[in-house]
Amino acid sequence: MKAKWYETSGDYGDIVISTRIRLARNLAEYPFPERMSASQRRECENKIKETVLNNGAGISKRFKYLELGLLPQAQVVSLVERHLISPEFAKDNDAKLLLLDDESVSVMINEEDHIRLQVMRSGLDPDGAFELADKLDTLLDEQLHFAFDDNLGYLTACPTNLGTGMRASVMLHLPALQENGSIAQLSSTISKLGLAIRGIYGEGSRPLGAIYQISNQVTLGISEKAAIANLRGIAVQLIAQEKSLREKMVLDERTVDSIWRSYGILTNARMISSDEFMQLISNVRLGVSAGLIDSVSMDTINRLTVNAQAGMISMHEGRDMTAAERDKARAEMIRTALAS
Amino acid sequence: MLCEHCGKNVANTHVKRTINGKTYEAMLCPECAAEMGFGSLMGTINLGSLLGSTFTEALSGKRIAENQIVCPQCGASFSDITQTGRVGCAKCYEIFYDRLVPSLQRIHGKTRHAGKLPSGAGIEAKRRNELDSLRQQLAQAVENQEYEKAAQLRDSIRGIEEKEGDGNEG
Ligand SMILES: [Zn+2]
Ligand SMILES: [Zn+2]
Repeated sequence: MKAKWYETSGDYGDIVISTRIRLARNLAEYPFPERMSASQRRECENKIKETVLNNGAGISKRFKYLELGLLPQAQVVSLVERHLISPEFAKDNDAKLLLLDDESVSVMINEEDHIRLQVMRSGLDPDGAFELADKLDTLLDEQLHFAFDDNLGYLTACPTNLGTGMRASVMLHLPALQENGSIAQLSSTISKLGLAIRGIYGEGSRPLGAIYQISNQVTLGISEKAAIANLRGIAVQLIAQEKSLREKMVLDERTVDSIWRSYGILTNARMISSDEFMQLISNVRLGVSAGLIDSVSMDTINRLTVNAQAGMISMHEGRDMTAAERDKARAEMIRTALAS
Repeated sequence: MLCEHCGKNVANTHVKRTINGKTYEAMLCPECAAEMGFGSLMGTINLGSLLGSTFTEALSGKRIAENQIVCPQCGASFSDITQTGRVGCAKCYEIFYDRLVPSLQRIHGKTRHAGKLPSGAGIEAKRRNELDSLRQQLAQAVENQEYEKAAQLRDSIRGIEEKEGDGNEG
């Protein structure tokens, strides 16, 4: 079976975990989801479903139609953990999703907009992700009449998405920039360029596992290509800064010690919480990218980062679990993954 | 007050961002603030200090009489939009265009689309898009000192611009 995007590592894989392109589209003939009647919602849903599944292009056969209300809760949670749906969408019992077999493309139907088309790629690949998103969008455009205005571009429920309707984002591991305390300053520089940086897991200025996301904030008056080039440019600069800081960081014996301690805990613990895991795997990731730990591949770390989350574990076990049971299963999964 | 983005949760986060010299301010719930990239990293200010916000500012003064207008397609009034931070349908953008533009300017720094066009887009938009693309290619050609190519591009641009004059749509 073909590996999923989160089971491998891509370009700049030592720092960049994944890239996502999301396009927001609406059908001109219906109100936006918030103001649709139940029957309009059904109609709209069916139109989108039919167009994606039967548009004649080869890729359409690879989509699966999922009704979230019929799935076990753990599976719904796991879709959020894999960034395939938004947390808000997961709360909607009536939500419908189209998912590509390798999970690199998802189409949320009637989320905030009628269509939220999303393409995921491992590593830094905004151009590749956009190319596919654009191709799929053109296919849909042949059969659906998208809400569009010559001046305002693609019309969306929230004015912050107006124009291209495109949100491009890159997920990066930035332990050295975080340790160094420079994220806050970078954040203000980045925001002046129409982009934003934020922590993915946990609140506060030290997000769990030092994983950050940068994304474009401006969608009106800038082309998709230009927005992507901006994002890529900023990402490459962040990568360069992170790399040069890491070189100094791994010369410090306290850093080396904490990398090996983290590895020691992960390969020996019998129970481990999700938060502790995120903290420790961040250190191991750093150790692998610095060449200190060579028995573990970046692919393994990426796979583990997704698979060790709560919903994924319950889904894997096929039952509801207590937190303690999950912590035990998680520890076992980690030991197995790091040993092989 | 409710979050200006989702209209569902209680807003307790005042956010402010400057893009191209234009400042965007709003009251958001923590989730939306995070989603829109206003993490605590951005130095958000909590509550109290809010003066004007994205949409509500446009509501002041003589605008009030205009608030009786509702969108014929979805039934949303402008105050529905300001309260939820969400536009009701495509038609709303037409009906409330003048009142939405200042907010769009604040959010994006611009109010004119410059990207992909759907197959159903108007001729004018297609022409503008083609011109933008040709101008970009021209700048690139000049930078690369490809003067012959630049001259050709300049001719194409002139051709389209003249046609635009003939069309005289408004
Ligand atoms: Zn909100
Ligand atoms: Zn409307």
